[in-house]
Amino acid sequence: MEIKKRTDIRSMKYEEFRNNDYLERMVKQLNDDGAGVIVGTADELINWGRSNSLWSLTFGTSCCAIEFMALGAARYDMARFGFEVTRNSPRQADMIMVLGTITHRMAPVLKRLYDQMAEPKYVVAVGGCTISGGPFRNSYHVVNGIDKIIPVDVFIPGCPPRPEAFYYGMMQLQRKIKVERFLGGVNRKEKKEDSK
Amino acid sequence: MNADNIILVKAEDLYNEASRLRYDAKQPMDYLRDIVGMDWGEEGLGALYYMECTATGTRMVLKAVTADRDNAFLPSVCNLWKTAKIKEREVFDFFGIRFTGNPDMRRLFLREDWKGYPLRKDYDMNSNPLNMENEENADVTEEYTLMPDGTIKGKENVVFGSEDFVVNIGPQHPSTHGVLRMRTSIDGENIRRIDPILGYIHRGIEKMNESLTYPQTLALTDRLDYLSAHHNRHALCMCIEQAAGIEISERAQYIRTIMDELQRIDSHLLFYSCLVMDMGGLTPFFYGFREREMILDIMEETTGGRLIQNYNVIGGVQADIHPDFQRKVKEFIKHLRSVIKDYHDIFTGNVIARQRLVGVGVLSREDAISLGATGGTGRASGWSNDVRKHHPYAMYDKVDFREITRTEGDSFARYMVRMDEIMESCHIIEQLIDNIPEGEFRVKTKAIIKLPEGNFSTSVESSRGEFGVMLESHGDKYPYRLHYRSTGLPLVDTMDTVCRGQKIADLIAIGGTLDFVIPDIDR
Repeated sequence: MEIKKRTDIRSMKYEEFRNNDYLERMVKQLNDDGAGVIVGTADELINWGRSNSLWSLTFGTSCCAIEFMALGAARYDMARFGFEVTRNSPRQADMIMVLGTITHRMAPVLKRLYDQMAEPKYVVAVGGCTISGGPFRNSYHVVNGIDKIIPVDVFIPGCPPRPEAFYYGMMQLQRKIKVERFLGGVNRKEKKEDSK
Repeated sequence: MNADNIILVKAEDLYNEASRLRYDAKQPMDYLRDIVGMDWGEEGLGALYYMECTATGTRMVLKAVTADRDNAFLPSVCNLWKTAKIKEREVFDFFGIRFTGNPDMRRLFLREDWKGYPLRKDYDMNSNPLNMENEENADVTEEYTLMPDGTIKGKENVVFGSEDFVVNIGPQHPSTHGVLRMRTSIDGENIRRIDPILGYIHRGIEKMNESLTYPQTLALTDRLDYLSAHHNRHALCMCIEQAAGIEISERAQYIRTIMDELQRIDSHLLFYSCLVMDMGGLTPFFYGFREREMILDIMEETTGGRLIQNYNVIGGVQADIHPDFQRKVKEFIKHLRSVIKDYHDIFTGNVIARQRLVGVGVLSREDAISLGATGGTGRASGWSNDVRKHHPYAMYDKVDFREITRTEGDSFARYMVRMDEIMESCHIIEQLIDNIPEGEFRVKTKAIIKLPEGNFSTSVESSRGEFGVMLESHGDKYPYRLHYRSTGLPLVDTMDTVCRGQKIADLIAIGGTLDFVIPDIDR
């Protein structure tokens, strides 16, 4: 089935996004692989629902978490985009938003929380500290980038990022989810480790 | 210039000397501000004890050194000041100095299997690669006793025994205000003991400072307690200016004071929002953030940052105030005065809120001083500890304001102190905002700042207590050691004292009113 070449969301025009190239690669991949009409249509419907109701795990370790709270308040009101529901249990969350520095002591906890989340799951790394260690790069106790521990889908730079940057990053994630293959793709069954 | 006067005592006399000062008839040094561990290289390891007399405000510093680096021992002073117990753990964690007589000698911030002591000068920065193994916490801790014949004897103390029912709260918990972890032993619904486990956001800022130039060290202060970003930076700027002998203009002093107070209002509004949300009310969260956004707008116009502003610099402030600054601040204060009644209507008078706060989590004045619980927490227990009053800096000796104190010491008093401080901060700003003198906002400083040799310290009243900067300079362009007195560490230490015997359901409300920020504790 022909998948639309673009990944549009209602909140912002396609041309106004700057990082379209990797999404275009994903669309191309999707087209090359091909999909049945029924599965493809079902995928689109499911992805539409998934991308508009992203539930995030509240995982604030430092400064960025305060900006995330500002996002939840009336002025920046993230409910408009459908990601205002935050969960305190990893079992109920679709994505983990890592807000703040990850230290050596916290790293195993982060990994464990990530492992506890159900597939499909996404990671958003917010702020300079999570991306590269930020101002604490030379410290003996800071992980230089959480992508060393868990796979990251979207990076939101800033120290801390402005609320607008949060939106941009979250909308990128929404667009990414829209061009994923859900049935048989990200929704695949986890292989059991012993059944090799 | 203005260097601290340090009294050197022999390690074996430390306890007696400290005890004499603590119970001095004229001016008892009843408040231990901080213990700063030090590595003096050849001279050995040691610690500086910053103490203060709460009655007269006199400050003193004791220094104790031990030459033996491999088996460094100092006598503990935790019988004299309760706060020493956790501060000595911090020194042990960073420098490996063991304190004889301290019943709890576990690591504080680092993993229990961490090798070496990171703040020693000879520490190898690559000796502890990232360890992804889940951490096991030992239930026993070591205590060292000095025997009369001079030998050291170790024994084991049990933190939680087999009869304890331990509930683990955190580090990933929405109401602990960050990544605090508390192992809580309960008896039915009542709390028997709380053992806070820290270090989940320990970034090693103090070690990093030692390889940064003075202007560079400023950048990290904002990230300590991000809700007191201005205060933290103000303290460090003052300390460096004092040491280097830089006079800053009156205009900069005015701007700094106004910004400090705006930041305090900002922080207390967030305190209100979060406390109420932790207790299950959502509407006040929107109230608090509505007004907070107005402050952030004002700050953003002038400083360019919302949460972390990087505004104070050595010699003044980064940029002059925005032309609209004065008008907007006045408008904001007028607005805040008109809406603060709503805050009290919706929460303060609420029956449920009162039942959960009044008479819960009482901290006595003696305990507050002994534990070093400064800020609103101490003032709610009747301890007058406002640095702005007792050791005025910037414009605080020129303005008229009231130090809010209460005597109850319960959660409600702690809450009310902060709410009243919002109004008091408005009062301070109103006195200054129309009188900002003309002049330079920043005096020129040398590109490379070198401080004279010596120990320097300053303290400011941050949003949640006394924030101190203790700096040792060896005449270089890098600090030899730059230590921050965390406002939150004593507050977290207070949890155990305050919560014992209380209901587990009240733990979050008590923690909320103590108002700590975790990145400030862990540094």
